[in-house]
Amino acid sequence: MSLDSKSAAPAHPAPGHQRRSALGSVLKLRELPVILALVILVTVTAALNPLFLSEQGIKDLLLNATILMILAVGQTLVIITRNIDLSVGSILGLVAFGTGSVFVAAPNLPIIAVFGIGILFGAVLGAVNGLLITVAKVPALVITLGTLYIFRGINNAWAGGTQYFAGDRPEAFGNLSVDTILGFPVITLIAVVVVAIVAVYMLGTRPGRDLYAIGSDPEAARLFGIPVTRRVLMAFVVNGALAGLAGVLYASRFNSVGATTGSGLELDVVAAAVVGGVAIFGGSGTVVGAAIGALLLTTITSALTALRVDKFWQQAIVGILILAAVVIDRIAGVRAARKLRIAEARNV
Amino acid sequence: MTHLDGRESGATDPNAPVRRSVLTLRGALKTFGPVVALADGTIDLVAGEIHALVGENGAGKSTLVKILAGVHQPDAGEFSVDGQAVSFRNVADSKAAGISVIYQEPTLFPDLTVAENIFIGRQPKGRFGLISRAEMRRRAKDLFDQLGVPIDPDRVAEGLSIADQQIIEIAKAISLDARVLVMDEPTAALSGVEVERLFAVARRLRDAGSGILFISHRFDEVFGLCDRITVMRDGTYIATHETPAMTVEAIVREMVGRDIDALFPKSETERGDVVLRVSGLTRPGVFHDIDFEVRAGEIVALSGLVGAGRTEVARAVFGIDRYESGTVEMLGQKLRSKDPRASIDAGIGFVPEDRRKQGLVMELSVERNAALTLRHSLAKFGLISTRAEREAAETWGKRLQVKSSSPEHPVSTLSGGNQQKVVLAKWLATDPKLLIIDEPTRGIDVGTKSEVHRLISELAGRGIAILMISSELPEVLGMADRVLVMREGRITGRLDRSEATAETVMHAATAALESSR
Repeated sequence: MSLDSKSAAPAHPAPGHQRRSALGSVLKLRELPVILALVILVTVTAALNPLFLSEQGIKDLLLNATILMILAVGQTLVIITRNIDLSVGSILGLVAFGTGSVFVAAPNLPIIAVFGIGILFGAVLGAVNGLLITVAKVPALVITLGTLYIFRGINNAWAGGTQYFAGDRPEAFGNLSVDTILGFPVITLIAVVVVAIVAVYMLGTRPGRDLYAIGSDPEAARLFGIPVTRRVLMAFVVNGALAGLAGVLYASRFNSVGATTGSGLELDVVAAAVVGGVAIFGGSGTVVGAAIGALLLTTITSALTALRVDKFWQQAIVGILILAAVVIDRIAGVRAARKLRIAEARNV
Repeated sequence: MTHLDGRESGATDPNAPVRRSVLTLRGALKTFGPVVALADGTIDLVAGEIHALVGENGAGKSTLVKILAGVHQPDAGEFSVDGQAVSFRNVADSKAAGISVIYQEPTLFPDLTVAENIFIGRQPKGRFGLISRAEMRRRAKDLFDQLGVPIDPDRVAEGLSIADQQIIEIAKAISLDARVLVMDEPTAALSGVEVERLFAVARRLRDAGSGILFISHRFDEVFGLCDRITVMRDGTYIATHETPAMTVEAIVREMVGRDIDALFPKSETERGDVVLRVSGLTRPGVFHDIDFEVRAGEIVALSGLVGAGRTEVARAVFGIDRYESGTVEMLGQKLRSKDPRASIDAGIGFVPEDRRKQGLVMELSVERNAALTLRHSLAKFGLISTRAEREAAETWGKRLQVKSSSPEHPVSTLSGGNQQKVVLAKWLATDPKLLIIDEPTRGIDVGTKSEVHRLISELAGRGIAILMISSELPEVLGMADRVLVMREGRITGRLDRSEATAETVMHAATAALESSR
């Protein structure tokens, strides 16, 4: 190692350069690709099929995206800490079936109480995940793969062949997915409020920022004295609570809930987060990006249906989007590294 | 150990005015299983001084630092900050007590901005109790202005130079109102200008009344910067001195401090023919014009400071890394660059520095590991029988006296010394003509060390040529027939056993550093 061959002074951009890069940082937003993709997709589809952007068309689009959006937001919290929760589909299923059961057992319970029960139930299931991961120190991938099957198994045993249909629930509950305020479905507005609250939390509070630090470098976070265990546990509990909320909304939105409700949803959720710019190894990405990712994934399905593309291709296109998101991320990383090398070389 | 005598003879002037101790650690003990990492950790840091902590690798400095940082909890000993007895349960406790530690490799969060890295966990709050980014940025900017460095608070930490990362750690320490700043080999990766900048900051903090503990291997830095020097050896406190009263030679003597030749007996062996000849080996920026040869039955030590390029040379010789020019000849035959398979076939074995990462597959059994290099010769029709593996492993395990309850147990259950024996067994099974051993006793406790040394000496006695890289002076001086000293990628000293002393080796390893400043 030759000490003297290293740069004599560290690279510092001139102040003027800093201002430009502050403006440029808008262009470097991780969410930009997904926003662009969404805009292009909607524009092209609307041009080819004007019905796509009719009032009903937009409403369907938002309704379809709502549940995935809430799940993706919760998943983002977990992924940012360099973990993952594969059990969200099963949590949603359990809570959705539980909601149906509650309505049958206590038809006069206020709807708000049903929401409370569902969210709490989800939070408890999330806490089970979180405790197993933080206490037993087994990777989240393995633990939540296990609880995916366990929760689903409980759901199967509990539901058996039973299904609850739209007729089993109060009309007002079902109407949440029908009524609109200013043209927006009520449950979509609920989702937007959730996204906004979590986004502010992640951007503007110390525990929220801690989650980014943990995912960025878990060892450094521990060395720094960040309560890693508590924060990760919290991320799983919040994710469970949001999956619970999504479960209640699912029971409102869809005609039937049973033993298989929400099966396979977990991969769509992770895909939405990744497409929305959330780094799978933690540390960066935003809940807004993940929510837009969820909107994009559901919009693709609707758009391709509107364009009469075969169902088979729809899945392939989602896959291509995921790969594109990863490639874009990688290219951005390589470019940043190259820029830095050039800056260093100038200083030699 | 004679530490008690050493402490009493410490040359701290008793007539000096009483200074306020900000941090005192006495007799701290820390063990990891059977290994005693720190036997007597003692340090007394007063306000407004820069205090050097010196000692060889393995003297227990890092363990002591981790106790101060709250990473490790001492098993015994007294610890007080500002005269108040303390016991840190974790890093947060240490921070709350006003202690900031800057490690050689700073621990920043690569995805977060510089400003956020400084204030993580205590970001300034603005409206609605939310984090105020503007305020955070302003305070970060103030800190950098105060330190006189132009770092953009809004850029992400990823890609910052080590020097800038350290400045950010210091900014963090200042913003925490740290009264104690511990710097663990902060200059190892810095260039001259960067070192000067760091020292200017350190002096300013001292003049402002902070106590700074400075750990370094570079004596020019220790003598140029520090007011007092504490010496450690083998996990034990030796003495504390006022810097002006000391010389480099005296400090080195205290660091090494024992009858070297008695500790590591190297049996005299017949030197045979040249086994390895390296000439003009160069990789720009890493090492230059490396010439040396190793003969059969000879132990050649490659010495020098950490980062001098020793491991890099060894890796290039073995064919792990590329080199630009020069040749490596094994028994008269030229080896190709970057072809470790050919090196193994030519009779070279390589025992890497980091056993856990590079030398062993920790989860596999002892026998699997020992037979790892034999996969080709043991395989029949492409399959390896467990029995053949066990037989090969047993032969060598017995000869090296590996202590494990069963050859089927995973290697991770063995002690450091026995792990090292398994690595040696792995290579000996291939019947090598040359063994390259990087830091043979790192992380091995003192008792087992001599066993590993005896083993290496025995191998040389059997006619194997040995190239040993070691940062531990006693090991180098006790074991080697010849010592090559590297500094900044070049060989700066070639010493025969009779010429090699702590002073001559240290001089060759550091001379340019001193003269360049």
